[in-house]
Amino acid sequence: MALNPVFVGKQYPPTEPYEVSREKIHEFATAIGDSNPAYLDREAAGALGYPDVIAPPTFAIAVSARAASQVIFDPSLGLDYSRVVHGEQSFSYTRPVRAGDQLTVVVTVDNIRTAAGNDIITTRGEVSTVDGEHVVTALSTLVSRAPDSAGS
Amino acid sequence: MAANVRYDDVRVGTELPAQTFEIHRLDLVKYAGASGDFNVIHWNERIAKSVGLPDVIAHGMYTMAQAVRVVTDWLGDPGAVVDYSVRFTRPVVVPDDDTGAVLEVSGAVIEKREDKQAVVELLARAGGAKVLAKARAVVQLE
Repeated sequence: MALNPVFVGKQYPPTEPYEVSREKIHEFATAIGDSNPAYLDREAAGALGYPDVIAPPTFAIAVSARAASQVIFDPSLGLDYSRVVHGEQSFSYTRPVRAGDQLTVVVTVDNIRTAAGNDIITTRGEVSTVDGEHVVTALSTLVSRAPDSAGS
Repeated sequence: MAANVRYDDVRVGTELPAQTFEIHRLDLVKYAGASGDFNVIHWNERIAKSVGLPDVIAHGMYTMAQAVRVVTDWLGDPGAVVDYSVRFTRPVVVPDDDTGAVLEVSGAVIEKREDKQAVVELLARAGGAKVLAKARAVVQLE
């Protein structure tokens, strides 16, 4: 069940812009139960120096994972998504994602390996505005668990 | 940035206020919709068990989102988080009952850097086990 190694190093063209709305930020903040006013109230965000409401730090996954899905769900990669758990995740922010952003992502497959029978893939998403301003880099490592393993 | 916390008031060892989060099945359903991650293991017990999991498990990203609240609530300004990374070591199992799962998160400053940045290490436990490792947030202070 090894993943197709030909994907290592593959880089994808920039994704179609993802337009970040106040409503989507509101929905995400509500889903994680976080009522920080910077996510919900333009004035509160403005008092912190932001031109509009900002998104919670991990909101970036909604943008980067959608972009990475062009790899993850490519049948020729050979990943069984029901066996996938998240292994590692990191975000490096130039600035917070905020309402009004038009974000595009360049996805690269950084690594594919096997450890203890688990297939492991690391993708990197460089998230920038359509004007070329870097916003966040997201590194995601997904683990497709070997058939006889318990979840981790 | 307008963080509540001043660089000069922080030292290595400064503890952040700990928090406890309850996680119920409904939270995972909401999170699936909001994040776009509809992996069946986060809402379908039958399939979760069929792939060898003890039960439905929380999205790792849901746990990651909760854990950093210890940092963002401390700071006031969530935009002061300039780097955040975790390793997921154990699944957070979310049973279909009235209790759900309980996630306990604490944090402490482990390093002060130049440019008024500090590194916070987070500890997250659920069901008696550590669920995150190397959970670190770098924050920009004033």
